[in-house]
Amino acid sequence: MTSSTLPAALRRLPKAKPFDWGGRIFSGLTGVAALLVVLMVVVIMGNIIFFGWRTVTWEFLTAMPREGMTAGGIFPAIFGTCALVILMVVALVPFGVGAAIYLHEYARPDAWYTRAVRFSVNNLAGVPSIVFGLFGLGFFIQFVGRNLDRALGLDVVWGQPALMWAALTLALLNLPVVIVTAEEALRTVPREMREASLALGATHWQTIWSVLLPQALPGIMTGAILSVSRGAGEVAPILFTGAAYFLPYLPQLPTDQFMELGYHIFVLATQSPDVEATKPILYGTVLVLLLLTLLLNLTAILLRSRMRARLAGRTS
Amino acid sequence: MTTVPAASRPPLEARAAKQRRRLRWRERGITWLLRLCAFSAVAGLLLIMLFVFREALPILTDRETQKEASLRGFFSTPLWQPVGAVPKYGLTPLLVGTLKVVLVAMGFAVPIGVMAAIFASEFAPPKVRELLKPVIEILAGIPSVVLGFFALIVMASWIQAVTGAPSRLNAFNAGIALALGILPTVFTVSEDALRAVPRSFREASLALGATRWQTAWNVTLPAAGAGVAAGVLLGLARAVGETMIVLMASGNAAITSANIFDSVRTLSASIAAEMAEVVVGSPHYSTLFFLGGILFVTTFFINVFAGLFVDRLRRRLAGA
Repeated sequence: MTSSTLPAALRRLPKAKPFDWGGRIFSGLTGVAALLVVLMVVVIMGNIIFFGWRTVTWEFLTAMPREGMTAGGIFPAIFGTCALVILMVVALVPFGVGAAIYLHEYARPDAWYTRAVRFSVNNLAGVPSIVFGLFGLGFFIQFVGRNLDRALGLDVVWGQPALMWAALTLALLNLPVVIVTAEEALRTVPREMREASLALGATHWQTIWSVLLPQALPGIMTGAILSVSRGAGEVAPILFTGAAYFLPYLPQLPTDQFMELGYHIFVLATQSPDVEATKPILYGTVLVLLLLTLLLNLTAILLRSRMRARLAGRTS
Repeated sequence: MTTVPAASRPPLEARAAKQRRRLRWRERGITWLLRLCAFSAVAGLLLIMLFVFREALPILTDRETQKEASLRGFFSTPLWQPVGAVPKYGLTPLLVGTLKVVLVAMGFAVPIGVMAAIFASEFAPPKVRELLKPVIEILAGIPSVVLGFFALIVMASWIQAVTGAPSRLNAFNAGIALALGILPTVFTVSEDALRAVPRSFREASLALGATRWQTAWNVTLPAAGAGVAAGVLLGLARAVGETMIVLMASGNAAITSANIFDSVRTLSASIAAEMAEVVVGSPHYSTLFFLGGILFVTTFFINVFAGLFVDRLRRRLAGA
């Protein structure tokens, strides 16, 4: 190529790049921003672990609170959290996975109803958690519960804050998490497996039940674990739907109120008459909740990265 | 089966047809069940809308309620004193409080989140990136009540020592804690968008003699702009609705002022703090649901906008 055919702009390009000071400074700043994020996480985690680890003993995990919650353990809060998330998962996973199967296997991608479902899932994920709490109060307790009591001629059994209503509220809150992860998991199942099953004469549902679901199980587990982690940490939705300040007994029935780790932290941090005396217990409770959610998240992340690796290995 | 004589059994084809019919009905039933599951998401969103507004409705329709709490009162009363002898339901302090906290949070979370995302997608060596991503996931996994606790017990004292603010708990403190809560959203969505920009864009720019910073700033960032905007909007929606952090870290005094070092009360924190004590069906109860309605509508529209930006990015990169 002769120089006469080169565009004028190219001919005028300098031979060597001048040193880009501004660029260096700005790209350095992006690194500083990233470092800042890491530092903040380290400071928060470090502070909580440093002040919390001494409190977390076997006795702390298994004893009832004593002396106005300034001594003793947090067993009822741990029990309540577990009961809450178990009920939530039982209510949530069948619906979430069913919805994902419908979206991925049955629905026409461009149909108006498919778009309506996707739109709802996306926007449900963005509804503030306190609004879920209001919804739980207005719908489950005041509407469903009260009317159930009236229909059964009971005094007040269902129409009050309860473990079950809190679990259902959290289930709705986490529905998008499960739908999105389960759908992603279904996408990782190779087309050929589906076609092989259908070619052998299996029906659509038989293919889904015996071929797709077992293959997608790690992904579905990921969604369930993520929802448990989020459910264990959310406090705003259970403030008026079932969490109790203090209970001298463990919840026996789904209609009982319950203590919960996150709510316990809130109560200890803001309503305690003697903040200094409760501090060790407070830090211990925070550490327990933090470890619980982080362990769950870690499991979910590992499962998901294995699933993504499989997907990447297939397409390349 | 052994007692039935062979001759009286229906022929093979008929049995096969019967089984096929049974299977077809089962398939149809299952399809309906699955459809029901999918529409539970639509039903959930509609029910939330319906029941939050149903409980807030007396403010618009009920004369008795309107004597205490009405739309006009919300904006003409300058004070929020719901438990006084004469209850006052002025939304101004709450709106101003929410605005202050959200502005502080966005002021920190957007520059830091977007810059860190640019760093992770454009400049970071793979090893550093592999380290940064899990740290962000950890931050995203910290429950908001823990961030609120940290801001209340630890950070408030540090900030007061540095700034000399008169009250320990104030809009600035809550805003910083809130920034930590929305940083993962801003970072993750922006970083995904930046990484979705095709390699060829960057290579073309570098081949023309641009530096890596010029490429990042003039080529990659504009190409991913819609995605970054979506990240910022999603962060904004979370900041407006986030409850536990502001409830614990903001001090909860309903003061109307421009000073970010004053204690504030936000919309979400008012609902959380007051709902436990109100009488069901009272004007105060309806007012709190009305606040919930404001939060729902605001975040809903922000999220819809964010969704539009995501669609635009997808179309743009698909067309490229």
